Amino acid sequence: MATMAAPTALRPHTDAYGGESGIWAWLTTVDHKRIGTLYLFTSLFFFIVGGLEAGLIRLQLAGPNKHVLSAEAYNQMFTMHGTTMIFLAIMPLSAAFFNYLIPLQIGARDVAFPRLNAFSYWVYLFGAMFMNFSWFIGAAPNGGWFGYAPLTTMQFSPGLNIDFWVIGLQILGVSSLAAAFNFITTIVNMRAPGMNLMRMGMFTWNAFVVQFLLVLAFPVITIALVFLQFDRFFGTNFYTIAAGADPLLWQHLFWVFGHPEVYILILPAFGLVSEIIPAFSRKPIFGYPVMVYATMLIAFLGFGVWAHHMFAVGMGPIGDTVFGVTTLLIAIPTGVKIFNWIFTMWGGSIRFTTAMKFAVGLVGLFTIGGISGVMHASPPADLQQTDTYFIVAHFHYVLFGGSMMGIFGGIYFYYPKMTGRLLSEKLGNWHFWLTFIGMNVTFFPMHFSGLLGMPRRIYTYEAGQGWETFNKLSTYGTGVLIIGTLFFVYNFFRSFSNGAIAGNDPWGGGTLEWSIPSPPPEFNFARIPRITSRYPMWDMKTPALTAEVPHTANGDKRLDIDVAGKHTAEGHPVPIGNEPKQPAESGMHVEHATGESAKDLGIPMPNPTIKPLICAAGLITMFSGLLFIHEDKLPLALTIMMGGALIMVVSLYGWLLTPLEDAH
Amino acid sequence: MSHAAAHSPHDTTHGHPPTSTGLDNKKIAIWAFIGSECMLFASLISTYLIYKGRSVVGPYPHDACLPPQCSTPLKAILNIPVTSASTFVLLMSSLAMVLALAAVETKDQPKHTTGERILGNSKLWLWMTALLGITFLGFQAFEFTSFVHEGLTIRTNLFGSSFFTLTGFHGAHVTVGVLWLLTLLAIDYRRGLGPKDALNVDLAALYWHFVDVVWIAIFTLVYLIK
Repeated sequence: MATMAAPTALRPHTDAYGGESGIWAWLTTVDHKRIGTLYLFTSLFFFIVGGLEAGLIRLQLAGPNKHVLSAEAYNQMFTMHGTTMIFLAIMPLSAAFFNYLIPLQIGARDVAFPRLNAFSYWVYLFGAMFMNFSWFIGAAPNGGWFGYAPLTTMQFSPGLNIDFWVIGLQILGVSSLAAAFNFITTIVNMRAPGMNLMRMGMFTWNAFVVQFLLVLAFPVITIALVFLQFDRFFGTNFYTIAAGADPLLWQHLFWVFGHPEVYILILPAFGLVSEIIPAFSRKPIFGYPVMVYATMLIAFLGFGVWAHHMFAVGMGPIGDTVFGVTTLLIAIPTGVKIFNWIFTMWGGSIRFTTAMKFAVGLVGLFTIGGISGVMHASPPADLQQTDTYFIVAHFHYVLFGGSMMGIFGGIYFYYPKMTGRLLSEKLGNWHFWLTFIGMNVTFFPMHFSGLLGMPRRIYTYEAGQGWETFNKLSTYGTGVLIIGTLFFVYNFFRSFSNGAIAGNDPWGGGTLEWSIPSPPPEFNFARIPRITSRYPMWDMKTPALTAEVPHTANGDKRLDIDVAGKHTAEGHPVPIGNEPKQPAESGMHVEHATGESAKDLGIPMPNPTIKPLICAAGLITMFSGLLFIHEDKLPLALTIMMGGALIMVVSLYGWLLTPLEDAH
Repeated sequence: MSHAAAHSPHDTTHGHPPTSTGLDNKKIAIWAFIGSECMLFASLISTYLIYKGRSVVGPYPHDACLPPQCSTPLKAILNIPVTSASTFVLLMSSLAMVLALAAVETKDQPKHTTGERILGNSKLWLWMTALLGITFLGFQAFEFTSFVHEGLTIRTNLFGSSFFTLTGFHGAHVTVGVLWLLTLLAIDYRRGLGPKDALNVDLAALYWHFVDVVWIAIFTLVYLIK
């Protein structure tokens, strides 16, 4: 068995990202790790922007009849808070982990289409900038993150506000879809030898399922947005009630997308937690196959529950019953996950690092949000709760208590892998407790203000309705959250140069990403490993931990993998704990930082290129030309759109006709 | 991926390791893309069907619009014989696409008879596919302009909005397909397409057949079913 040296204190000779530094290197990068890092920084920036928007909302609502914001500014604030947090913060934070981790967890050197990956990032960045540019001309979107038509049609929302929103979301959809095709291909096709589907890391599994949700859900919102764009820019009638349009068309299309979207937001966090909890409990995940099937079932059922967002529109008893029942059903696989995490911890030797605290925080807080979600599955109960702060409490427990807790846990867990240095546990402890307390003080009182009838989306309220105390508490809680986030930001930047050196495997993790140096070299794996179980690192270092994990040789012989020193018959279980030393050429191995470049090792790497960035810029230019149609500058609009399209097509052809890497 | 075969499966340092499925990455990606496109057209077609018969003013697809509903009598607007012809053209383009792919795949094999030489002419079949696609687009341009002359625009009523958007999206997809085919033709003229390009032609073919299949759904649901 390969022995594991004490974590090396060597810093790699190349810079932190294993290659050239400088702004041009970042603009032209096609390395999944650099792109993941860009996603991480950009989305954390927008997380803070969205948090400040939330802070202003809470200041406005701190007491009755406050005038921090005007009614119009308040509408813009809550619309942009929701849109920012969902599309510009949580989704791209997940994308940061998809980018960074999927290739490392499956044993690949990059994603399937590195240039498409860069394109996805630049489209996201430009789309986010486009949407936030609206603040500077005083026309930020003001129709809610759900943008219900006909309210958002020209007749009721004549300004540029909704134009920014509808075009911005369309642009972001392009980014998500391109990334999803890329990751599906990567996971299907680029797994290391022996990395069967049922040996993949739980994070990769959750990410895999999320890509299918993206691929199937985003086209629906794309079409809903196309209809809205056509209505606004070209005078079609999709949402014009006077022309006979159905006022529920938008709601149906939006929520057919919107409900899978909530799983797009939560499943990556579930995946991260499913890596953190086993690592810090020193136990394999409880019920791995069931976790996989539960994830798939959640995704499948997620397409059949959308109308529970619409009980209040009066669909009639049959529609209400069907969607109520499917919503109740979806609680089953979700509950399975919660119990599996608890059973993973049960009997384990738990270490409460910051990452683990956040992971356990998710298990507790998501359960609260999940249970209030099951309450909404009952149409009569939902009619009392809909459009009140009770709903706001519910989805912040699942999004903040769920997604963000999981993502913070993931950042503490994987920051050492990304930077080579550990985040400070002491500051992390402050961050966790302030976030945990702040989150509960902010959102728990909303259950009460909601049940007392406080509606959502009101910019102020009269005194004497029993809402003052709860609102005051929520605002105090937001203050605590902001202080907690400051601890995080300080820790994040300080540890970049001051954190303890991490080495390959600071936590004693079981999955593949811990077998390579931190930060990984540009090629990730000098030699592609051969995988014989779900926890290849534990097999090597602490085989007792994986004694109960199935180790079959299914398919390994076909792949020419030496499982236990000699070829094993198909399906024959490998004896655990006393395998002979694995030949280095054919088994799992650990790699150390050598400072050698891909060129030294003769590993083909894709060439950096600026074309994806130019192509993304052309796409954004093309879309933004639409804005000038409403300024009655049709020739200008057409010029901008044609110019953007030209840039996009020319750079796309240049991109497709240039080989990815040099001939070798 | 071609150089991977040159190395033994043990040697993964040099070159790219073989893919997990043995298929090329692009093949997986195009299927994922087609899955996504299915949802795109499903949303468009559903909206068309939901709005069917809900237009408050004419012209209507299958029924005449008579006074007092319409100030002047308007006949049913869909021209099914003409669209049947354009549907036939598009279906035949799929046949030409199959032959184009086969010609590229068998480029290296010796051709003995005139028949084999015609079947093995990739330029001929790529041109045939592209021209049939362009003919279909010509039919669509004719259909759209005649509808506008008969008083149906994208703004007229719900039928106009949903019909032009649905068929327009399909037409845009055909246009992209035609550009793709013309790009392949340009490469064929420049350096000749051979068996090593079969995958890239196959990707275009999969896209083309998908766009064709979508049209069968549209033709049935929009034109044939009253």
